[in-house]
Amino acid sequence: MSGAKEIRTKIKSIQNTQKITRAMEMVAASKMRKAQERLGAARPYAEKMRNVIRHLAQAKPEYHHPYLTDREAKRVGFIVVTTDRGLCGGLNVNLMRSTVAAMSEWAEKDAEVDLCIIGSKGLGFFKRLGGSIVSERSGLGDAPQLADLIGVVKVMLDAYDEGQIDRLIVASNSFINTMSQKPCIEQLLPVDGGEQEEEIAHHWDYIYEPEAKEVIDALMVRYIESLIYQSVVENIACEQSARMVAMKSASDNAGDLIDEFQQAYNKARQAAITQEISEIVGGAAAV
Amino acid sequence: MPVTMHVDIVSAEEEIFSGTATMLFAPAEMGEVGIKPRHAQMITRLVPGEVVVRDLEGSEQLFFISGGVLEVQPHIVTVLSDTAIRAKDLDEAAALEAKKRAEQHLEDRQSGFEYATARAELAAAAAQLRAIQKLRNKS
Repeated sequence: MSGAKEIRTKIKSIQNTQKITRAMEMVAASKMRKAQERLGAARPYAEKMRNVIRHLAQAKPEYHHPYLTDREAKRVGFIVVTTDRGLCGGLNVNLMRSTVAAMSEWAEKDAEVDLCIIGSKGLGFFKRLGGSIVSERSGLGDAPQLADLIGVVKVMLDAYDEGQIDRLIVASNSFINTMSQKPCIEQLLPVDGGEQEEEIAHHWDYIYEPEAKEVIDALMVRYIESLIYQSVVENIACEQSARMVAMKSASDNAGDLIDEFQQAYNKARQAAITQEISEIVGGAAAV
Repeated sequence: MPVTMHVDIVSAEEEIFSGTATMLFAPAEMGEVGIKPRHAQMITRLVPGEVVVRDLEGSEQLFFISGGVLEVQPHIVTVLSDTAIRAKDLDEAAALEAKKRAEQHLEDRQSGFEYATARAELAAAAAQLRAIQKLRNKS
């Protein structure tokens, strides 16, 4: 009977694990909904900002911002947006793979790489492997605020202004749907001019108060920050949905295991009963 | 019908206001500005203060912003509001902090990034994930 008892304890422990994974799945599902809402809420700002930048490109101000001019890349800055916690499937691994691939591409072109890491998973990984991390921010929680990111972004922007880095690239996961997230490597700086739009009929320029340079500087910094904020929020939506999927399959697997053990338990129990009966019958026949 | 303009007030974290208005007041850096429809194109920085939007019925709505950027097009006015109090030295402090945190982590740093190790490690992790996927599909 000892076999049956062991199996029963195993079933109990798997059931406990299943309870935990199921709870985590539900928590992730509700957090994912909130993260998606936040992603939606951040969209108008980014859209409006993009409009203004586009207008600005059309207006052709006399002042040309360094963020808009291309220069030879000797040193490249990467902003890597990762999660703070694990148990979210292959999300971080996939992102890190694309990031390392992109980094080594630059390395082959003899460009050095500086890293700015958001999220403790990426921090642990790049720290262990000896990347040159110039700034870092982790522990943002589920509802990050733009204010939390100002510091890390400024380090990179300052480096760009001073000519220490010539490109700024952001690596994060993009949210396609609940089931799939895709690692996405995008160049932030210099700002890609995009499709050159038809030149509008008359030449015009903004009235700048106080100075074109100052206003455009302020605008550009906010533009970059809002892009990074968006990728951080998007990454959180990715994290939660990846976790939800991972936990769901963990619960399913636990269910399968329990079924298997239940069957083994029933067999062991039956075998014990059969043995007992045959012993009794054997004993009765002997009398 | 009076001439109107479309006003959008947005911050990085949410949309604050979107609608038509006949007049808008904003705390620009060089002093408060009042914008009516058909204003010339203008961009200016905003300082912390109140943005007042007057709508068709003449009623006013008040929004507090902690700085930002105001863009004026003849019929569209956009207020890009900051969510945090911004000041050069405050930003500087935040940047320094981020740098310091990174430096702390780098004290036990090896020389250069080990691409080969990184790739091998990640390949192993990805293979693991693939194996799990396969196992799951089989059952």
